[in-house]
Amino acid sequence: MSTEIAPETGSAEQAPGGAPVREPQAAAVASGRGERPDDGSFDVTLRIRRYLPEKDATAYWEEFTVRANRTDRLLDALHTVKWEIDGSLTFRRSCAHGICGSDAMRINGRNRLACKALLKDLDPAKPITVEPIKGLPVVKDLVVDMEPFFASYREVMPFLITGGNTPSAERRQSPEDRARYDDTTKCILCAACTSSCPVFWNDGQYFGPAAIVNAHRFIFDSRDEGGAQRLEILNDKEGVWRCRTIFNCTEACPRGIEVTKAIQEVKRAMITRAF
Amino acid sequence: MAVSIEAPRAPRTRTTRRTTGRTNYELYGWVFMRASGVLLVVLIFGHLFMNLIDGEGISAIDFGFVAGKWASPLWQVWDLLMLWLAMIHGTNGVRTIINDYAERDGTRIVLKVALYLAFTVVVVLGTLVIFTFDPCPPDAPANLLPSFCTA
Repeated sequence: MSTEIAPETGSAEQAPGGAPVREPQAAAVASGRGERPDDGSFDVTLRIRRYLPEKDATAYWEEFTVRANRTDRLLDALHTVKWEIDGSLTFRRSCAHGICGSDAMRINGRNRLACKALLKDLDPAKPITVEPIKGLPVVKDLVVDMEPFFASYREVMPFLITGGNTPSAERRQSPEDRARYDDTTKCILCAACTSSCPVFWNDGQYFGPAAIVNAHRFIFDSRDEGGAQRLEILNDKEGVWRCRTIFNCTEACPRGIEVTKAIQEVKRAMITRAF
Repeated sequence: MAVSIEAPRAPRTRTTRRTTGRTNYELYGWVFMRASGVLLVVLIFGHLFMNLIDGEGISAIDFGFVAGKWASPLWQVWDLLMLWLAMIHGTNGVRTIINDYAERDGTRIVLKVALYLAFTVVVVLGTLVIFTFDPCPPDAPANLLPSFCTA
Protein backbone atom coordinates (compact mmCIF):
# COMPACT_ATOMS: atom_id res chain seq x y z
CA MET A 1 0.00 0.00 0.00
CA SER A 2 2.60 2.57 1.07
CA THR A 3 4.74 1.98 -2.04
CA GLU A 4 1.74 2.61 -4.21
CA ILE A 5 0.81 5.83 -2.50
CA ALA A 6 4.33 7.25 -2.31
CA PRO A 7 4.95 7.86 -6.06
CA GLU A 8 1.57 9.50 -6.42
CA THR A 9 2.14 11.97 -3.65
CA GLY A 10 5.67 12.46 -4.92
CA SER A 11 4.52 13.37 -8.42
CA ALA A 12 1.90 15.69 -7.03
CA GLU A 13 4.56 17.48 -5.02
CA GLN A 14 6.93 17.70 -7.96
CA ALA A 15 4.44 19.40 -10.23
CA PRO A 16 3.58 22.96 -9.35
CA GLY A 17 0.29 22.84 -11.29
CA GLY A 18 -2.10 19.88 -11.65
CA ALA A 19 -2.97 20.26 -15.31
CA PRO A 20 0.50 20.21 -16.93
CA VAL A 21 1.33 16.96 -15.15
CA ARG A 22 -1.85 15.26 -16.30
CA GLU A 23 -1.31 16.15 -19.94
CA PRO A 24 1.84 14.11 -20.57
CA GLN A 25 0.45 11.26 -18.45
CA ALA A 26 -2.64 11.01 -20.60
CA ALA A 27 -0.53 11.15 -23.73
CA ALA A 28 1.75 8.41 -22.49
CA VAL A 29 -1.21 6.16 -21.78
CA ALA A 30 -2.72 6.89 -25.17
CA SER A 31 0.49 6.13 -27.03
CA GLY A 32 0.88 2.97 -25.01
CA ARG A 33 -2.57 1.90 -26.10
CA GLY A 34 -1.89 2.68 -29.74
CA GLU A 35 1.38 0.77 -29.97
CA ARG A 36 0.80 -2.01 -27.47
CA PRO A 37 4.45 -3.12 -27.40
CA ASP A 38 4.33 -6.90 -27.28
CA ASP A 39 1.22 -7.11 -25.11
CA GLY A 40 -0.35 -9.83 -27.25
CA SER A 41 -3.07 -7.63 -28.69
CA PHE A 42 -4.32 -8.39 -32.17
CA ASP A 43 -6.71 -7.21 -34.85
CA VAL A 44 -9.97 -9.04 -35.10
CA THR A 45 -12.68 -8.72 -37.73
CA LEU A 46 -16.30 -9.05 -36.72
CA ARG A 47 -18.78 -9.97 -39.42
CA ILE A 48 -22.03 -8.80 -37.92
CA ARG A 49 -25.49 -9.41 -39.30
CA ARG A 50 -27.07 -5.98 -39.28
CA TYR A 51 -30.76 -5.24 -39.47
CA LEU A 52 -31.91 -1.65 -39.17
CA PRO A 53 -35.65 -1.69 -39.86
CA GLU A 54 -35.93 2.11 -39.89
CA LYS A 55 -33.43 2.28 -42.77
CA ASP A 56 -33.78 -0.95 -44.71
CA ALA A 57 -36.20 -3.85 -44.73
CA THR A 58 -33.46 -6.36 -45.44
CA ALA A 59 -30.61 -7.55 -43.28
CA TYR A 60 -26.99 -7.39 -44.44
CA TRP A 61 -23.53 -8.36 -43.28
CA GLU A 62 -21.14 -5.68 -42.12
CA GLU A 63 -17.52 -6.13 -41.12
CA PHE A 64 -15.67 -4.16 -38.47
CA THR A 65 -12.01 -4.56 -37.59
CA VAL A 66 -11.00 -3.67 -34.05
CA ARG A 67 -7.91 -4.02 -31.90
CA ALA A 68 -8.37 -6.55 -29.10
CA ASN A 69 -6.49 -7.88 -26.12
CA ARG A 70 -5.87 -11.53 -25.34
CA THR A 71 -8.22 -11.18 -22.41
CA ASP A 72 -11.00 -9.48 -24.40
CA ARG A 73 -14.31 -11.13 -24.90
CA LEU A 74 -16.54 -10.73 -27.92
CA LEU A 75 -18.63 -8.30 -25.88
CA ASP A 76 -15.58 -6.02 -25.49
CA ALA A 77 -15.11 -6.01 -29.25
CA LEU A 78 -18.80 -5.20 -29.75
CA HIS A 79 -18.44 -2.35 -27.24
CA THR A 80 -15.46 -1.02 -29.17
CA VAL A 81 -17.51 -1.06 -32.37
CA LYS A 82 -20.50 0.63 -30.74
CA TRP A 83 -18.54 3.22 -28.78
CA GLU A 84 -15.83 4.09 -31.28
CA ILE A 85 -16.92 3.10 -34.80
CA ASP A 86 -20.69 2.79 -35.28
CA GLY A 87 -23.06 3.86 -32.52
CA SER A 88 -26.05 2.39 -34.35
CA LEU A 89 -24.93 -1.17 -33.64
CA THR A 90 -27.56 -2.58 -31.30
CA PHE A 91 -27.27 -5.48 -28.90
CA ARG A 92 -28.41 -6.39 -25.39
CA ARG A 93 -26.15 -6.68 -22.42
CA SER A 94 -26.66 -5.95 -18.78
CA CYS A 95 -24.24 -7.46 -16.27
CA ALA A 96 -21.63 -8.41 -18.89
CA HIS A 97 -20.44 -11.26 -16.69
CA GLY A 98 -22.49 -14.26 -17.71
CA ILE A 99 -25.22 -13.97 -15.11
CA CYS A 100 -28.04 -11.87 -16.53
CA GLY A 101 -28.42 -13.83 -19.77
CA SER A 102 -28.97 -10.76 -21.98
CA ASP A 103 -26.30 -11.19 -24.63
CA ALA A 104 -26.90 -14.62 -26.09
CA MET A 105 -26.05 -14.51 -29.79
CA ARG A 106 -24.99 -16.81 -32.58
CA ILE A 107 -21.21 -16.59 -32.70
CA ASN A 108 -19.53 -18.47 -35.55
CA GLY A 109 -22.73 -20.47 -35.88
CA ARG A 110 -22.94 -21.44 -32.22
CA ASN A 111 -25.11 -19.91 -29.54
CA ARG A 112 -22.91 -18.29 -26.92
CA LEU A 113 -22.98 -15.42 -24.46
CA ALA A 114 -20.90 -12.60 -25.96
CA CYS A 115 -19.62 -11.82 -22.45
CA LYS A 116 -18.29 -15.36 -21.97
CA ALA A 117 -16.78 -15.92 -25.42
CA LEU A 118 -13.08 -15.01 -25.39
CA LEU A 119 -11.89 -13.69 -28.74
CA LYS A 120 -8.69 -15.71 -28.60
CA ASP A 121 -10.80 -18.89 -28.41
CA LEU A 122 -12.81 -17.94 -31.50
CA ASP A 123 -9.93 -18.11 -34.00
CA PRO A 124 -9.42 -14.35 -34.51
CA ALA A 125 -7.39 -15.04 -37.67
CA LYS A 126 -10.70 -15.38 -39.52
CA PRO A 127 -13.66 -12.99 -39.35
CA ILE A 128 -15.97 -13.87 -36.46
CA THR A 129 -19.58 -14.04 -37.56
CA VAL A 130 -22.09 -12.61 -35.11
CA GLU A 131 -25.82 -13.05 -35.66
CA PRO A 132 -28.94 -12.72 -33.56
CA ILE A 133 -30.17 -16.00 -32.06
CA LYS A 134 -32.37 -17.94 -34.46
CA GLY A 135 -36.08 -18.67 -34.38
CA LEU A 136 -37.16 -15.46 -32.67
CA PRO A 137 -38.21 -12.31 -34.58
CA VAL A 138 -35.35 -9.85 -35.00
CA VAL A 139 -36.13 -6.38 -33.68
CA LYS A 140 -32.87 -4.68 -34.59
CA ASP A 141 -29.35 -5.94 -35.28
CA LEU A 142 -28.65 -8.51 -32.57
CA VAL A 143 -31.78 -7.81 -30.55
CA VAL A 144 -34.63 -10.31 -30.88
CA ASP A 145 -38.16 -10.29 -29.53
CA MET A 146 -37.99 -12.64 -26.55
CA GLU A 147 -41.75 -12.70 -25.96
CA PRO A 148 -42.48 -16.09 -27.60
CA PHE A 149 -39.68 -17.54 -25.47
CA PHE A 150 -41.07 -16.10 -22.25
CA ALA A 151 -44.62 -17.11 -23.21
CA SER A 152 -43.48 -20.75 -23.20
CA TYR A 153 -41.67 -20.16 -19.92
CA ARG A 154 -44.82 -18.79 -18.27
CA GLU A 155 -46.88 -21.71 -19.56
CA VAL A 156 -44.99 -24.25 -17.44
CA MET A 157 -45.77 -22.24 -14.27
CA PRO A 158 -42.21 -21.60 -13.08
CA PHE A 159 -43.10 -20.97 -9.45
CA LEU A 160 -43.60 -23.07 -6.33
CA ILE A 161 -47.07 -24.60 -6.11
CA THR A 162 -48.11 -25.89 -2.68
CA GLY A 163 -51.28 -26.77 -0.86
CA GLY A 164 -52.38 -26.45 2.74
CA ASN A 165 -51.37 -23.78 5.19
CA THR A 166 -48.19 -21.80 4.78
CA PRO A 167 -45.67 -23.09 7.31
CA SER A 168 -44.51 -20.66 10.00
CA ALA A 169 -40.86 -21.55 9.30
CA GLU A 170 -39.07 -22.21 6.01
CA ARG A 171 -40.00 -25.25 3.91
CA ARG A 172 -37.27 -27.70 4.77
CA GLN A 173 -35.58 -29.98 2.28
CA SER A 174 -32.82 -32.55 2.62
CA PRO A 175 -29.56 -31.96 0.74
CA GLU A 176 -30.34 -35.07 -1.34
CA ASP A 177 -33.72 -33.72 -2.38
CA ARG A 178 -32.13 -30.39 -3.21
CA ALA A 179 -29.45 -32.09 -5.29
CA ARG A 180 -32.12 -33.82 -7.41
CA TYR A 181 -32.89 -30.67 -9.39
CA ASP A 182 -29.73 -28.68 -8.72
CA ASP A 183 -28.62 -28.65 -12.35
CA THR A 184 -31.76 -26.97 -13.65
CA THR A 185 -31.69 -24.19 -11.03
CA LYS A 186 -28.74 -22.72 -12.90
CA CYS A 187 -30.82 -21.47 -15.84
CA ILE A 188 -30.47 -17.73 -16.58
CA LEU A 189 -33.13 -17.63 -19.34
CA CYS A 190 -30.73 -16.43 -22.01
CA ALA A 191 -32.57 -18.48 -24.69
CA ALA A 192 -29.32 -19.91 -26.05
CA CYS A 193 -30.71 -23.44 -25.79
CA THR A 194 -34.19 -22.81 -27.18
CA SER A 195 -32.86 -20.81 -30.11
CA SER A 196 -30.33 -23.55 -30.93
CA CYS A 197 -33.10 -26.15 -31.34
CA PRO A 198 -34.05 -26.97 -34.95
CA VAL A 199 -37.50 -28.10 -33.85
CA PHE A 200 -38.06 -24.64 -32.34
CA TRP A 201 -36.72 -22.95 -35.49
CA ASN A 202 -39.37 -24.62 -37.62
CA ASP A 203 -42.59 -23.06 -36.41
CA GLY A 204 -41.93 -21.85 -32.89
CA GLN A 205 -44.72 -24.04 -31.52
CA TYR A 206 -42.43 -26.31 -29.51
CA PHE A 207 -42.10 -25.30 -25.85
CA GLY A 208 -38.33 -25.35 -26.22
CA PRO A 209 -35.57 -26.60 -23.93
CA ALA A 210 -35.56 -23.61 -21.58
CA ALA A 211 -39.24 -23.99 -20.65
CA ILE A 212 -38.75 -27.71 -20.02
CA VAL A 213 -35.63 -27.06 -17.92
CA ASN A 214 -37.57 -24.64 -15.74
CA ALA A 215 -40.45 -27.09 -15.42
CA HIS A 216 -37.91 -29.76 -14.44
CA ARG A 217 -36.64 -27.46 -11.69
CA PHE A 218 -40.08 -27.64 -9.99
CA ILE A 219 -41.26 -31.10 -11.07
CA PHE A 220 -38.35 -32.67 -9.19
CA ASP A 221 -38.52 -30.29 -6.22
CA SER A 222 -39.76 -32.30 -3.22
CA ARG A 223 -41.56 -29.24 -1.82
CA ASP A 224 -43.57 -28.60 -4.96
CA GLU A 225 -47.03 -30.07 -5.54
CA GLY A 226 -47.68 -28.92 -9.07
CA GLY A 227 -45.65 -31.65 -10.75
CA ALA A 228 -48.64 -33.48 -12.21
CA GLN A 229 -50.00 -30.25 -13.70
CA ARG A 230 -46.66 -29.40 -15.28
CA LEU A 231 -46.24 -32.90 -16.68
CA GLU A 232 -49.69 -32.63 -18.21
CA ILE A 233 -48.79 -29.30 -19.83
CA LEU A 234 -45.56 -30.71 -21.26
CA ASN A 235 -47.32 -33.87 -22.45
CA ASP A 236 -48.77 -31.63 -25.15
CA LYS A 237 -48.19 -32.41 -28.82
CA GLU A 238 -45.70 -29.53 -28.84
CA GLY A 239 -44.17 -30.57 -25.51
CA VAL A 240 -41.29 -32.87 -24.61
CA TRP A 241 -42.18 -35.45 -27.30
CA ARG A 242 -40.92 -33.11 -30.00
CA CYS A 243 -37.41 -33.34 -28.56
CA ARG A 244 -35.18 -35.29 -30.97
CA THR A 245 -32.29 -35.56 -28.48
CA ILE A 246 -29.79 -33.90 -30.80
CA PHE A 247 -28.01 -32.19 -27.88
CA ASN A 248 -27.80 -28.73 -29.50
CA CYS A 249 -29.26 -27.27 -26.31
CA THR A 250 -26.75 -28.96 -23.99
CA GLU A 251 -23.93 -27.75 -26.23
CA ALA A 252 -25.30 -24.19 -26.28
CA CYS A 253 -25.99 -23.74 -22.56
CA PRO A 254 -23.57 -21.15 -21.11
CA ARG A 255 -24.26 -22.46 -17.61
CA GLY A 256 -23.35 -26.03 -18.48
CA ILE A 257 -26.81 -27.39 -17.69
CA GLU A 258 -27.36 -30.88 -19.08
CA VAL A 259 -30.47 -29.70 -20.88
CA THR A 260 -31.12 -32.78 -23.00
CA LYS A 261 -30.78 -34.98 -19.92
CA ALA A 262 -33.32 -32.85 -18.07
CA ILE A 263 -35.77 -33.21 -20.96
CA GLN A 264 -35.33 -36.99 -20.94
CA GLU A 265 -35.95 -37.05 -17.18
CA VAL A 266 -39.23 -35.25 -17.72
CA LYS A 267 -40.12 -37.79 -20.44
CA ARG A 268 -39.33 -40.63 -18.07
CA ALA A 269 -41.50 -39.10 -15.35
CA MET A 270 -44.39 -38.95 -17.81
CA ILE A 271 -43.95 -42.57 -18.87
CA THR A 272 -43.80 -43.88 -15.31
CA ARG A 273 -46.91 -41.81 -14.55
CA ALA A 274 -48.81 -43.20 -17.56
CA PHE A 275 -48.01 -46.88 -17.07
CA MET B 1 -18.52 -5.40 -47.85
CA ALA B 2 -22.21 -5.77 -47.24
CA VAL B 3 -23.64 -8.93 -48.78
CA SER B 4 -27.37 -9.29 -49.27
CA ILE B 5 -28.92 -12.10 -47.24
CA GLU B 6 -32.45 -13.33 -46.72
CA ALA B 7 -34.90 -11.07 -44.95
CA PRO B 8 -35.08 -11.50 -41.19
CA ARG B 9 -38.02 -13.52 -40.08
CA ALA B 10 -41.11 -11.35 -39.92
CA PRO B 11 -42.29 -11.01 -36.33
CA ARG B 12 -44.65 -13.87 -35.73
CA THR B 13 -47.61 -13.45 -33.51
CA ARG B 14 -48.03 -16.79 -31.87
CA THR B 15 -51.17 -16.28 -29.90
CA THR B 16 -52.04 -19.81 -28.86
CA ARG B 17 -50.19 -23.08 -29.06
CA ARG B 18 -51.75 -25.92 -31.03
CA THR B 19 -52.98 -28.14 -28.23
CA THR B 20 -54.09 -31.72 -28.42
CA GLY B 21 -56.21 -31.63 -25.33
CA ARG B 22 -55.24 -34.00 -22.59
CA THR B 23 -54.31 -37.18 -24.43
CA ASN B 24 -51.31 -39.42 -24.14
CA TYR B 25 -51.15 -39.89 -27.91
CA GLU B 26 -47.62 -38.55 -28.35
CA LEU B 27 -46.45 -40.46 -25.28
CA TYR B 28 -47.75 -43.77 -26.60
CA GLY B 29 -46.26 -42.96 -29.99
CA TRP B 30 -42.87 -42.37 -28.39
CA VAL B 31 -42.99 -45.62 -26.42
CA PHE B 32 -44.23 -47.55 -29.47
CA MET B 33 -41.28 -46.34 -31.54
CA ARG B 34 -38.83 -47.77 -28.99
CA ALA B 35 -40.65 -51.07 -28.46
CA SER B 36 -41.38 -51.72 -32.14
CA GLY B 37 -37.80 -50.81 -33.03
CA VAL B 38 -36.41 -53.52 -30.75
CA LEU B 39 -38.94 -56.07 -31.98
CA LEU B 40 -38.26 -55.21 -35.62
CA VAL B 41 -34.56 -55.88 -35.22
CA VAL B 42 -35.39 -59.48 -34.19
CA LEU B 43 -38.11 -59.94 -36.83
CA ILE B 44 -36.11 -58.52 -39.72
CA PHE B 45 -32.88 -60.37 -38.98
CA GLY B 46 -34.85 -63.61 -38.45
CA HIS B 47 -36.54 -63.00 -41.80
CA LEU B 48 -33.25 -62.27 -43.56
CA PHE B 49 -31.59 -65.35 -42.08
CA MET B 50 -34.43 -67.69 -43.04
CA ASN B 51 -34.70 -66.33 -46.59
CA LEU B 52 -31.09 -65.66 -47.53
CA ILE B 53 -28.80 -67.91 -45.46
CA ASP B 54 -30.68 -70.91 -44.07
CA GLY B 55 -30.87 -74.09 -46.23
CA GLU B 56 -30.08 -73.44 -49.89
CA GLY B 57 -29.88 -69.71 -49.30
CA ILE B 58 -31.06 -67.06 -51.71
CA SER B 59 -31.31 -69.43 -54.69
CA ALA B 60 -34.18 -71.27 -53.01
CA ILE B 61 -36.51 -68.26 -53.17
CA ASP B 62 -39.35 -68.68 -55.63
CA PHE B 63 -43.15 -68.88 -55.62
CA GLY B 64 -42.97 -72.30 -54.01
CA PHE B 65 -40.67 -71.15 -51.22
CA VAL B 66 -42.94 -68.24 -50.33
CA ALA B 67 -46.05 -70.40 -50.55
CA GLY B 68 -44.38 -73.00 -48.34
CA LYS B 69 -43.53 -70.44 -45.72
CA TRP B 70 -47.01 -68.97 -45.66
CA ALA B 71 -48.57 -72.39 -45.29
CA SER B 72 -47.25 -72.27 -41.73
CA PRO B 73 -49.12 -70.07 -39.23
CA LEU B 74 -45.79 -69.15 -37.60
CA TRP B 75 -44.54 -67.38 -40.74
CA GLN B 76 -47.92 -65.85 -41.40
CA VAL B 77 -47.86 -64.25 -37.98
CA TRP B 78 -44.14 -63.37 -38.29
CA ASP B 79 -44.60 -61.61 -41.63
CA LEU B 80 -47.83 -59.95 -40.57
CA LEU B 81 -46.16 -58.57 -37.44
CA MET B 82 -43.19 -57.43 -39.46
CA LEU B 83 -45.39 -55.72 -42.03
CA TRP B 84 -47.58 -53.92 -39.53
CA LEU B 85 -44.83 -52.91 -37.13
CA ALA B 86 -42.54 -51.70 -39.91
CA MET B 87 -45.32 -49.74 -41.56
CA ILE B 88 -46.57 -48.09 -38.36
CA HIS B 89 -43.02 -47.43 -37.16
CA GLY B 90 -41.97 -45.97 -40.49
CA THR B 91 -45.15 -43.95 -41.00
CA ASN B 92 -44.91 -42.47 -37.52
CA GLY B 93 -41.28 -41.60 -38.18
CA VAL B 94 -42.12 -39.82 -41.42
CA ARG B 95 -45.03 -38.09 -39.67
CA THR B 96 -42.66 -36.58 -37.10
CA ILE B 97 -40.29 -35.53 -39.91
CA ILE B 98 -43.18 -33.80 -41.69
CA ASN B 99 -44.13 -32.06 -38.42
CA ASP B 100 -40.53 -30.94 -37.95
CA TYR B 101 -39.82 -29.70 -41.45
CA ALA B 102 -43.07 -28.69 -43.16
CA GLU B 103 -43.55 -25.08 -42.15
CA ARG B 104 -46.93 -24.29 -43.70
CA ASP B 105 -50.11 -26.00 -42.56
CA GLY B 106 -51.13 -26.70 -46.17
CA THR B 107 -47.90 -28.51 -46.98
CA ARG B 108 -48.20 -30.47 -43.79
CA ILE B 109 -51.73 -31.66 -44.56
CA VAL B 110 -50.94 -32.65 -48.16
CA LEU B 111 -47.85 -34.61 -47.14
CA LYS B 112 -49.64 -36.38 -44.31
CA VAL B 113 -52.62 -37.36 -46.46
CA ALA B 114 -50.22 -38.83 -49.05
CA LEU B 115 -48.36 -40.64 -46.26
CA TYR B 116 -51.47 -42.18 -44.69
CA LEU B 117 -52.79 -43.17 -48.13
CA ALA B 118 -49.53 -44.99 -48.92
CA PHE B 119 -49.66 -46.63 -45.49
CA THR B 120 -53.19 -47.89 -46.03
CA VAL B 121 -52.50 -49.27 -49.50
CA VAL B 122 -49.36 -51.14 -48.44
CA VAL B 123 -50.83 -52.55 -45.24
CA VAL B 124 -54.11 -53.70 -46.81
CA LEU B 125 -52.39 -55.21 -49.85
CA GLY B 126 -49.69 -56.86 -47.75
CA THR B 127 -52.14 -58.36 -45.28
CA LEU B 128 -54.28 -59.66 -48.11
CA VAL B 129 -51.28 -61.32 -49.80
CA ILE B 130 -50.06 -62.99 -46.61
CA PHE B 131 -53.40 -64.76 -46.08
CA THR B 132 -54.52 -65.41 -49.65
CA PHE B 133 -51.28 -66.24 -51.42
CA ASP B 134 -51.75 -69.15 -53.80
CA PRO B 135 -49.00 -69.87 -56.32
CA CYS B 136 -51.24 -72.21 -58.33
CA PRO B 137 -54.72 -70.70 -58.76
CA PRO B 138 -56.95 -73.48 -60.14
CA ASP B 139 -58.47 -71.59 -63.10
CA ALA B 140 -55.30 -69.84 -64.37
CA PRO B 141 -53.84 -70.60 -67.83
CA ALA B 142 -51.11 -73.26 -67.56
CA ASN B 143 -48.45 -71.16 -69.37
CA LEU B 144 -48.58 -68.48 -66.63
CA LEU B 145 -48.05 -70.90 -63.75
CA PRO B 146 -44.68 -71.86 -62.29
CA SER B 147 -43.40 -75.31 -63.24
CA PHE B 148 -44.08 -76.99 -59.89
CA CYS B 149 -47.84 -76.40 -60.13
CA THR B 150 -48.29 -78.92 -62.94
CA ALA B 151 -46.10 -81.51 -61.23
